[in-house]
Amino acid sequence: MSAAAGDAVGEVVGSAVGALSGDAAAQPDEVAAYALRLGDDALVLAQRMGEWIAAAPELEEDVALANIALDLLGQARTLLTYAGTADGRTEDELAYLRDAEGFRNVHLVERPDDGDFAYCVARLLGFSAYQVELYARLASSTDHTLAAISAKAVKEVAYHRDHATQWVLRLGDGTEESRIRMQAGLDAVWPYLAELFETDELVARLGDVAVDPAGLHEPALAYVRGVVHQATLSVPEVAVAPGGGRRGEHTDALAPLLAEMQALPRAMPGVRW
Amino acid sequence: MHGNDATLDEPADDDPAFLALIDDDGRVEPRDAMPQGYRQSLVRQIAQHAHSEIIGMQPEGSWIGRAPSLRRKAILMAKVQDEAGHGLYLYAAAETLGVDRVDLLDRLHAGKQKYSSIFNYPTPTWADIGAIGWLVDGAAITNQVPLTRCSFGPYARAMVRICKEESFHQRQGFEILHTLSHGTTEQHEMAQQAVDRWWWPSLMMFGPADDESPNSARSMRWGIKRFSNDELRQRFVDMTVPQARALGLTLPDPDLAYDEATGHWHFGEIDFSELFDVINGNGPLNAERMAHRRGAHERGAWVRAAADAYAAKHASRSAGTAA
Ligand SMILES: [Fe+2]
Ligand SMILES: [Fe+2]
Repeated sequence: MSAAAGDAVGEVVGSAVGALSGDAAAQPDEVAAYALRLGDDALVLAQRMGEWIAAAPELEEDVALANIALDLLGQARTLLTYAGTADGRTEDELAYLRDAEGFRNVHLVERPDDGDFAYCVARLLGFSAYQVELYARLASSTDHTLAAISAKAVKEVAYHRDHATQWVLRLGDGTEESRIRMQAGLDAVWPYLAELFETDELVARLGDVAVDPAGLHEPALAYVRGVVHQATLSVPEVAVAPGGGRRGEHTDALAPLLAEMQALPRAMPGVRW
Repeated sequence: MHGNDATLDEPADDDPAFLALIDDDGRVEPRDAMPQGYRQSLVRQIAQHAHSEIIGMQPEGSWIGRAPSLRRKAILMAKVQDEAGHGLYLYAAAETLGVDRVDLLDRLHAGKQKYSSIFNYPTPTWADIGAIGWLVDGAAITNQVPLTRCSFGPYARAMVRICKEESFHQRQGFEILHTLSHGTTEQHEMAQQAVDRWWWPSLMMFGPADDESPNSARSMRWGIKRFSNDELRQRFVDMTVPQARALGLTLPDPDLAYDEATGHWHFGEIDFSELFDVINGNGPLNAERMAHRRGAHERGAWVRAAADAYAAKHASRSAGTAA
């Protein structure tokens, strides 16, 4: 295992900017709120991907999904650490001591996969396509910490997107059964993609510190559609799910995920682990 | 299985030239002629080792979602990922002997091949994750370091890669327990109870006592095994007792005492009836571990079939364009 698995956080956050001060025009608490969104997306999906470790369809995939989960967790840690500098909270206080209403992730990442590999792969395709476009642009943020985090993360998520792409192609153009399952996975994930690209006032106020997600819709979806076609599948035509994760409104799947994740630190508060 | 021509050349189990090569500390490589017994015994051992790596992902994997800090979560994920990697190296080493991973997994799932019984014990608290890293990975290192000099090249080389990672595993387990032991009273208790649970089972990881271990002598003659079960067990105890002191935890053995004359730690008698009970399927979690493994395998069958079908289609398509 990489010796760095536990200690990658200081590396990025520490070397860039210690605390929230990257852009003179931006309010520190608003930059923190933005970092928190991105961090929550990565954390919740890392938790979901972690469920596959020791349960994947083959051993190579246990390794690959663990890699992806680790990358996402690493992104979450740097982003939460950075967000926490606004009010003195640690990454763990943010991860373990907020209720579902406090989380700002999109619904896409919290939905349970229930052991459905097609769902897992479809979600990863959509989410990583979004993340590639996001981090590529955020690497030029006027906030140096967000820029540094993004420059590192964009390479990771490009790999995630490639991995998901390979699986959608194999499953779409594999057997009759896998084709049906892969299409069903895409159909199930599709309603949740729109929320990724919703813009709001926070993003508008942050200007060049942030990236307006509305502008990512076209390139990210173009990529996903291309993969879907190449996989001989069809682009789902389904209604968009309501969304609201950025405002703390979540589906009923998030609370149980957090209950599991947070159980121990909540049962024994204030101790070191 | 391996080709017929290899079978024809196969030396007898006690072939003098083969034994001379072993005595000379020579390495046996997959293309070399080797006795059938040697080959079979390696397949059995490497397969069992590989199965242990992947079943061993379960007790710790169940805590990935519940690790009490993000740093611990990252370390645990990386550790369980390593164990999957170890499984891959070992199945690949076994395949050099002419068997197939798919068949080995089928044999595991059918209960025809075993895995280390240690993974049939439960992990009820976070401290069990520390105890597994410290004791179980610690025992694994003790067993595996001599295997880096095993006479069969691919197994020895797999062990070199694996042992590098195992020392991180042991260290992170030690660190979990150290933090708990020096934390609140409740945390200290949690750590002590986990060590109480895992100490005796980890001593049993070295297998039965030498006089009860019929295959050992042959494995040693063939240079697969370099030290006896009891020698390795003693080495583990000698290494671990001072570490327990550094942790501020006790080992649950009233007979544990340093023997000035031998320079070794004397330990109490091991209740092997428990080990045999667990080996025979009556451990706390044998059924659950196997059900989880078979379940993941069966749920993934359509995915593997699709990957095969896709690869076949694309191989024939590119063959088609070439022709
Ligand atoms: Fe291992
Ligand atoms: Fe290990």
